[in-house]
Amino acid sequence: MISKYVESASSFAGQIDFLILLVTAITGFWWLLAEVIFFYFIVKYNAKDGVKAQYIAGESPKEKRWVAIPHYATLIFDVTIVFFAVQTWQEVKQTMPQADATVRIIAQQWAWTFVHPGPDGKLDTADDIRLVDELHVEKDKTYHFELQSRDVLHSFSVPVFRLKQDIIPGRTIRGWFKPTMSGGFDIQCTEICGIGHGLMPARIIVHTPEDFAAWQLSQTPATASLTTPTEQTGGMK
Amino acid sequence: MSSTTAEHGHEGHGHDAGHGHHAEPNFFHKYLWSTDHKMIGMQYMFTGLLMAIIGGFAVYVFRMQLAFPGMSVPGWGRVTATDYNALVTTHGSVMIFWVAMPVLIAALGNYLIPLMIGCDDMVFPRLNRLSYQIFLISVLVLIASFYAQGGGFGGAWTAYPPLSAKAEYNLTTHGATLWLLAVALEFAAFLLGGINFVTTVMNSRAPGMKMFDVPIVVWMIIIASILFMASVGPLIAGAVMLMFDQTLGTGFFDPNKGGDPVLWQHLFWFFGHPEVYVVLLPAMGITAEEITTFSRKKLFAYKTVLYTAVGTGALSFFVWAHHQFIAGIDPRMANIFSVTTLLISIPVAEMCFVYIATLFGGSIRLQTPMLWALAFIAEFLIGGVTGIFLGASGADIYFHDTYFVLAHFHYTFFPIAFIATFSALTYWFPKMFGRYMNETWGKVHFWGTIIPFNFIFIPLFLLGARGDHRRIYDYTHFPDLMKPGMQDLRVLATLSLVTLLAFQLVFVVNFFFSMFKGAKAENNPWKANTLEWQAPSPPPHGNFPDGLPNVYRGPYEFSHPDRQEDYWPQNAQS
Repeated sequence: MISKYVESASSFAGQIDFLILLVTAITGFWWLLAEVIFFYFIVKYNAKDGVKAQYIAGESPKEKRWVAIPHYATLIFDVTIVFFAVQTWQEVKQTMPQADATVRIIAQQWAWTFVHPGPDGKLDTADDIRLVDELHVEKDKTYHFELQSRDVLHSFSVPVFRLKQDIIPGRTIRGWFKPTMSGGFDIQCTEICGIGHGLMPARIIVHTPEDFAAWQLSQTPATASLTTPTEQTGGMK
Repeated sequence: MSSTTAEHGHEGHGHDAGHGHHAEPNFFHKYLWSTDHKMIGMQYMFTGLLMAIIGGFAVYVFRMQLAFPGMSVPGWGRVTATDYNALVTTHGSVMIFWVAMPVLIAALGNYLIPLMIGCDDMVFPRLNRLSYQIFLISVLVLIASFYAQGGGFGGAWTAYPPLSAKAEYNLTTHGATLWLLAVALEFAAFLLGGINFVTTVMNSRAPGMKMFDVPIVVWMIIIASILFMASVGPLIAGAVMLMFDQTLGTGFFDPNKGGDPVLWQHLFWFFGHPEVYVVLLPAMGITAEEITTFSRKKLFAYKTVLYTAVGTGALSFFVWAHHQFIAGIDPRMANIFSVTTLLISIPVAEMCFVYIATLFGGSIRLQTPMLWALAFIAEFLIGGVTGIFLGASGADIYFHDTYFVLAHFHYTFFPIAFIATFSALTYWFPKMFGRYMNETWGKVHFWGTIIPFNFIFIPLFLLGARGDHRRIYDYTHFPDLMKPGMQDLRVLATLSLVTLLAFQLVFVVNFFFSMFKGAKAENNPWKANTLEWQAPSPPPHGNFPDGLPNVYRGPYEFSHPDRQEDYWPQNAQS
């Protein structure tokens, strides 16, 4: 449903889309049923001359069934939704599969710095590739990310991955993703971060393995002196 | 009611002959210092409705910017990013704190509670007066913040630090502090009001009125007041800490000094989520009064409604962190809060079921107040079910902070703050002013509001599902958000908003015209049972000139089989 409009480009995007579809089906059905009954009553019981309304207290168990049955139905469907929601959540946020590489993402008012590990596959070495507003990753590789902020709250959001995580100054927040589709996609900041909040777009470029190797070669490795301790902690003193 | 502490309470006025000889109170005593609950209620109502103009103007300006980026908006000019953030913040905080709260709780609570429980005034009339005075000051402080150096606060109505805590980040040195002060004052005002409401209903009910004879709307306002009083403490404490961070350089929320920005989110949402139900419950109460009256039916399962309201209230204290699933809290917490959040759908859904069941077998009259009440149920259901998407933690990863969230809570808040308010205003208008509102223009206003309302927020649901994130003043920088059709949806939402705002003029004209020129209304124009309809329209100071009523039965005895008439006032002896 969502993937018709927004590409599904990460390993867990399909799972989240399924959850959304499931919730749509369940709530959609009950919502429609409730609205149909509601409008049916309005039409059917419209005031007519000489017809007095019924006197129903709704206190006897027999009458209360009309509310009790939907009540238990709501409970059952809530449990179903919770089951799948928690399952999805645990997959995305509570597990950390083995990483092929780790990237560091540093947000500030109002730009992103992406630190790529470079050919040696390790962060904080001389061959790190630091780019502003552009994150390069390889398709079908599992990435861990480290989120840091230099000033206020930001949020790292990649809609095509169905991924979002707030960034808090003073902390390093870790997570993971595995791109499954090559191409260029939006990265958004989804937590208001001041007057430049709307001007903080970035792009994530998912390369095929060959392209990725070529891109990595084309980048001049940053010098080791650029990687100061301050930057490792996201600019916190 | 000898428990009244104000001067007039001791006189047992109304039937006191000497009272009539008193000179008409001067302007100062009548308007600025009046302790009459009806005057205070009206003042809250008019202040709230005036604030809605500010909130409405703000949304007009920033929606125009979203639909037509960079255009010079008529009535404002070019919208800068600074303007945009300030307007968004103003719209959010004004509509919740200065429109929904004063109109639904303070205005209706003040106006209706003494009339509906059959007493002459609030238990603490002077406290009541103080409550409004403080509220008025909060309004003035808020308006002052717009004109402070650097402009109004632009950190969103949630005011997350560190952005809200440091001028170097938010660039509004005085605006942020004044905004926070205004919010804190407003809370103080409603605390006083809440104490008054609860005490009055506990102590001053008419003789014979048992707990289960109290009209649902009064119960709802009481439960809402208790929720408010129990939840607002942490936020007031948070507001003081944030103000210290802003002005004294403390570091409660500053990670550089060992503080924690997430602490604010907990304090804010511990209040912020119960707050949703603080405004929802009175709206539900209003709806209960009207669907019973206009379908001539007894409320289906009165006690169930009460229990669901209490259940909703109690559960609402355990769901706050669903606003923070991805905020950097321990991810395990999301599982707990996902469960509680979906659980709260049960009592709320049940309340809707009860209302639908009440319509069964009724004799439904579609007058304007009833149209609004029915629209409330129909629209609120959409707001309710879309909340499930966000309470399901896995789906919230995608929807969090998108227009889907925005459309969801507007489908709850708009029905609460406007649809229910319009239904209350049209329903109690004859009581307040002794005249009817014009029915035809009322219906024009109804359709002119409901249709554009859906055309604003359905496009926003679609945009949210396609990844539009919130509080962005110009989407042209995001290639994925400028795909074909997306800007058209933004334009549709904006044009619908302009239409909706234009139709509010119909209401304003109808309201003021009817106030002075409308057809005269009798005391009980809708043939309802509750006590306020037994008082003259408009009720004089002291409410019941023929003596306070005695109560013999519950509030919803419509179409009783033993009676010729299809209604049975609570105070009728037989």
